[in-house]
Amino acid sequence: MSATAQSVDSPAAVGARGLSRLRHLDLIGLVITVATLALAVVWAFPLYWGLVTTFKPEYEIVRPGVQLWPEHFTFENYIHVLLRTKIGLWYLNSLITSGAVTVIVVVMAAAAGYAISQLEFHGRRFFWWMILASFMVPIPSVTVNHFILMSQFHWINSLPGVIAPQLIAPVTVIIYKQFFDSVPRDFREAAVIDGASELQLLFRIYLPMNWGITTAVAIITFIGAWNLFLWPFVAVNTEDKMNITVGITQVHDAFGVSYGRDLATAMLAALPVAIVYLIFQRRVTQAIMLSAGIKG
Amino acid sequence: MVKSRRNEIVAAYALMAPFIVVYGVVFVYPSVKMFELGFTDAPLIGAGAWVGFKNFWRLQSDRLFWTAVWNTLYFVLLSVVPSTLAGLAIAIAINRLKGWMQSATLAAFFLPYILPVSVVYRIWSWMFDKDFGVAQYAIVPFTGGEHVSVFRTLPLFMPAVAFVTVWWLIGFNVLLFIAGLRNISSEIYEASALDGAGRWTQFRRITWPLIWPVTALVLTIQLILQLKIFDQVYLFAANVRTDATMVMVQYILKQGFQMNRGGLAAAASMVLFVLIVVLSVLQFQMLRARGQR
Repeated sequence: MSATAQSVDSPAAVGARGLSRLRHLDLIGLVITVATLALAVVWAFPLYWGLVTTFKPEYEIVRPGVQLWPEHFTFENYIHVLLRTKIGLWYLNSLITSGAVTVIVVVMAAAAGYAISQLEFHGRRFFWWMILASFMVPIPSVTVNHFILMSQFHWINSLPGVIAPQLIAPVTVIIYKQFFDSVPRDFREAAVIDGASELQLLFRIYLPMNWGITTAVAIITFIGAWNLFLWPFVAVNTEDKMNITVGITQVHDAFGVSYGRDLATAMLAALPVAIVYLIFQRRVTQAIMLSAGIKG
Repeated sequence: MVKSRRNEIVAAYALMAPFIVVYGVVFVYPSVKMFELGFTDAPLIGAGAWVGFKNFWRLQSDRLFWTAVWNTLYFVLLSVVPSTLAGLAIAIAINRLKGWMQSATLAAFFLPYILPVSVVYRIWSWMFDKDFGVAQYAIVPFTGGEHVSVFRTLPLFMPAVAFVTVWWLIGFNVLLFIAGLRNISSEIYEASALDGAGRWTQFRRITWPLIWPVTALVLTIQLILQLKIFDQVYLFAANVRTDATMVMVQYILKQGFQMNRGGLAAAASMVLFVLIVVLSVLQFQMLRARGQR
C-alpha cells in the first residue's frame, strides 16, 4: 500500500481528508473533462475541415486564414467530380466487389463455423487448427503469389480477381463457431427428434438465434472490403476496373490540381462506410471487439 | 442411427466444402507457392530454376532491402507504442465522462478508424499542404515563419505518416481499452479512494496492472498490423519518387512487379512473414510473462 494510506490514523481524519481531497479533485476533474472535450474537437477537426472545404469555391479554399464555413456554399466540386470523372464506375466496382466479398464470406463462414461447432467428422480438428494458424500469415506477404495465381486464372484486371483473395476470413469462422458453441444442446436435440436436417438446423435455429452476429460480421466485412487498398491496387491497372479507394488516388484529374475536387472524391468514397457506421454503431463496435477476441 | 451418423458426415463436408475450396485455392496454395518460389530465380510470371538460398544472399547484400527493413521497424516504433499509450489515456479520459459527452467524444476519436486509407491520405495531404494547409499554422512558429513540405522532407516523413496513422487507427485501441476498463470493478476504486489514494496512485496500483492483458493484446495487434505497413507510406510518398522511404511490402512489390523478379520478391515475402510471426510470438510471450509477474 502507498505511504498516504499508512499515515491515516483516525476515522475522523479520513473523513475530513477525504472531503477536502474530493473538492480538490473536482477541480482537477473539471480540467481533465475540458481537456478531453478539447482534444476530441481537435481530433475531429480534420474530418470537418476536409468536408467543409468541399463546399467552398476554389478561390475561397486557397484564401489564407481558417474560414470555418463557406462564404459561398457550392456543390460545384461534387458536380464536377460526378460528371467528369469515372467515380460512378469506381463506386459500382467497389459496391459489387465489397458486396460479393461480404455475402460469400458470411455464408462460407457460417456454414464452416456450424460444421466445426456442431458436427463430428474426420478432419474437424485439423481444419480448426488451420484456421487458428492462418491468423499468423500476414496476407500482404502473399500478395505476389496472389497476383501470380490470379493471372493463371486470367482474372487480373477483373472483379473476380479483386474478390477472390479477399475471401480469407478466419476470424469470421472463429466468431461463428464460438457463438454456435454457446447455443444450448436442447434446441438441437429437440429439432433432431422432430426430424430436422442439418441444413434446417442451421437456417432455422442456429442462424436466426445469432442474427445479431451475422449483422455485425457482415457490416465489418463490408467496411473492410470497401476500405481495402493494397490488393485492389495490385490486381487492377485499368481505370475501368478500379474500385474507389484506388481510383481516387491513382487517377489524376485532367483539369489540374484542385483541392476542392480531390477532397470531394474523398468524401464520396467515405460516404457509404460513414453511413453504415452511423446507422449500425453498436454492431460495428461489437464486431470490432469480437474480431479482437473480446466477446462483448 | 448409423444412417443419421452418415448423414451428419455428409452434411459436415457439404457445409465445409466452400470453405475448404476457398482456403485451399487462395490461402494454402499461394502460401506454399511463396515458399517454393523464394528458392528459385523465376520471373513474376513463368518458371525458374532452383537456386537454393541465393535470393537471401542477394537480399542481405541489397542496401535498399535494409533501408526497407529499417524504415518498417522505425515506423513500427513510431506508431505502435504511441498509439497504445495514447489509446489508453484517451480511453481513461472518455470512460470517466457520462451520457452524451461520453458518446460524442468516443465518436470523435473513433470515426477516423472506419475511413478508407485513401480518404485519410486526401484529408491529411490537405491539412499539411505546403501552401494552404491549416496545419502550417502549427508548424510556422517552430520554423520562424517558413512553410514546410512535410512529406517531402525526409526526416519528417516517417514521423508524419506515423502521426497520421495514430490519428486514423487510435479508435480501435480506445475501444478495446474502454471495454477493458469497464471490466474493472468500481468498488476497487471506491475502496482505494477511502484509503486516500490519489488519481496517480489509483492509476499505477489499480488501472495499469488490471488493464495489462488488454495492453498486451493491443500492442500485439498493432505490432502485426504496422509491420505490414504499405498503404499510407506509398500514398504519401507517391509524388516524391524516392526509395529512401521504402518499407518492406513496398520492396516486395517493387521486386515483383517493377523488376520482374518473382523469386526475389517471394524471398523478401518470406523474410517479412518470418519477421512478423517471430516478433509477434516473442512480444506476446514477453508481455504475458510481465503480466503474470
